[in-house]
Amino acid sequence: MSEEQIKNLEAQFEARIARDEKIEPKDWMPEKYRKTHIRQMSQHAHSEIVGMLPEGNWITRAPSLRRKVALLAKVQDEAGHGLYLYSACETLGVSREELYEQLHSGKAKYSSIFNYPTISWADMGAVGWLVDGAAIINQVPLCNTSYGPYARAMIRVCKEESFHQRQGYEIMIKLANGTPEQKELAQDALNRWWWPSLMMLGPTDAESIHTEQSMKWKLKRKSNDDLRQQFIDQTVPQAELIGLTIPDADLKWNEERQSYDFGEINWDEFWQVVKGHGPMNKERMKARVGAWEEGEWVRDAAMAYAEKKRNRKEKLAI
Amino acid sequence: MKNKNLYNYILGIADNSLILGQRLGSLTGHGPSLETDIACTNISLDLFGQVRSYYQHAAKIAGDNRSEDDIAMLRKEREYVNVLLVEQPNTDFAYTMARQFLFDVYHLSFLQELQKSKDLTLSAIANKSIKEVSYHLRFSTDWIKRLGDGTAVSHQKMQEAIDGLWTYTDELFHQTEADKAMVAEGIGVDVTLLKEAYYEKVGAILEEATLEIPESKWFQKGGKKGIHTEHLGYLLAELQYMQRAYPNMEW
Repeated sequence: MSEEQIKNLEAQFEARIARDEKIEPKDWMPEKYRKTHIRQMSQHAHSEIVGMLPEGNWITRAPSLRRKVALLAKVQDEAGHGLYLYSACETLGVSREELYEQLHSGKAKYSSIFNYPTISWADMGAVGWLVDGAAIINQVPLCNTSYGPYARAMIRVCKEESFHQRQGYEIMIKLANGTPEQKELAQDALNRWWWPSLMMLGPTDAESIHTEQSMKWKLKRKSNDDLRQQFIDQTVPQAELIGLTIPDADLKWNEERQSYDFGEINWDEFWQVVKGHGPMNKERMKARVGAWEEGEWVRDAAMAYAEKKRNRKEKLAI
Repeated sequence: MKNKNLYNYILGIADNSLILGQRLGSLTGHGPSLETDIACTNISLDLFGQVRSYYQHAAKIAGDNRSEDDIAMLRKEREYVNVLLVEQPNTDFAYTMARQFLFDVYHLSFLQELQKSKDLTLSAIANKSIKEVSYHLRFSTDWIKRLGDGTAVSHQKMQEAIDGLWTYTDELFHQTEADKAMVAEGIGVDVTLLKEAYYEKVGAILEEATLEIPESKWFQKGGKKGIHTEHLGYLLAELQYMQRAYPNMEW
């Protein structure tokens, strides 16, 4: 293809996106579009899979059967999200094995929030309320993103996440209205998860390297800082409603902006965790790599069995 | 308690699902593939759903203000009456699937009979659970075949698991006092009548999976009387942790 032809295709491609048309797997697309989508979608899939670990940590210790069932269902949903996000990636010509390899080698990232430990039952509330809450704010705009399989996956993911968020908040309500000891658990969880949740919405706009291109492709529709503000404005009244205190001395309603002003985020901590020095980075990777390596003989057996079965069928056919 | 036999009988059913559900739940996020991870979590979820119905029923019969959670989480180790099979650890995926299979074959045939119970709640729970447990059995049977007839490594691991767990199968068919009383009343299932078909079915699938049927005639028992293996205490320590550390609270 000549350079001019490619330019032509690119122009048509951008025009389709501008007209809000969906791009489908078999459509022509610029290589950069393909790569960017693989990167973002797989990062999202990895986050779902690694995100199963901190919550899975409390399945055996859930305080009631009702909570245990809800938690199991939630973590199972996350596995499901991972599954269809990996499948969406596969439509762009990359296998799940390759993507796992990128996760295990540290080449691919996942949401840094999952590198914090879940050390009390209240963390199940805080993670649902804050982490899923922030995830929804990030993800709702993606229901209209330009790549069809991703947009469709996100519609389902968002529905389930919003259920998870309500479930998490409900855990917090119960704790906040419980005994002093329970309220203390809830406040302590909020103290630990608040700032990492704000960081989850990404670096400040000045430092975000992918934003401009992503905006054009509708992979991103609002800037990180706008999303963060939206999250804070939405969450602060929820905390007040149940009598919990946001751990930020500088948090104050700004009448003029009709938004909350808030304190400085510790970006050093954010980058440290991104670089692998968070409290749980090593353990999370060890768990993922361990499950994959220990499962190899099982996957091999399944392949060998399928092959044998196929051969037997073929023999019968002859 | 007016109806102690019925109460004990329900615990005898429910404790199996509770303990097996707990075992499977601890695997979530650590499975050999995303698909098996989802399936095991799903089975755990089904079992806990059943457990809730059984304990809610038991709580009504006990009539002493205890909740489903009190029954599930606040008994002492000797008061759990699950079979030894379900408390065995997740040694590896072969053990997990072998344990599942050896229980599922029993569980399905048990529920098919429990459907006929004169206790309408038990019959309704059985009716609802059969669909779920049929799926559990299909899933575990498939894995017995895949691992048994897969690679040399998987064959060996599956054979080891079957050999290791075989000793716990006979207990499934032991009758407790509560069993006998409930069979007499047309409420309970006579488990002794399920035994022959069980070993036939298990044997046929092991054979198809190219596995040897263990010859040992030595069987372990005790779970139904509350005498467990050393594994159960640790499982209960996790299961009960919150209820013990923060007693008398709502969650």
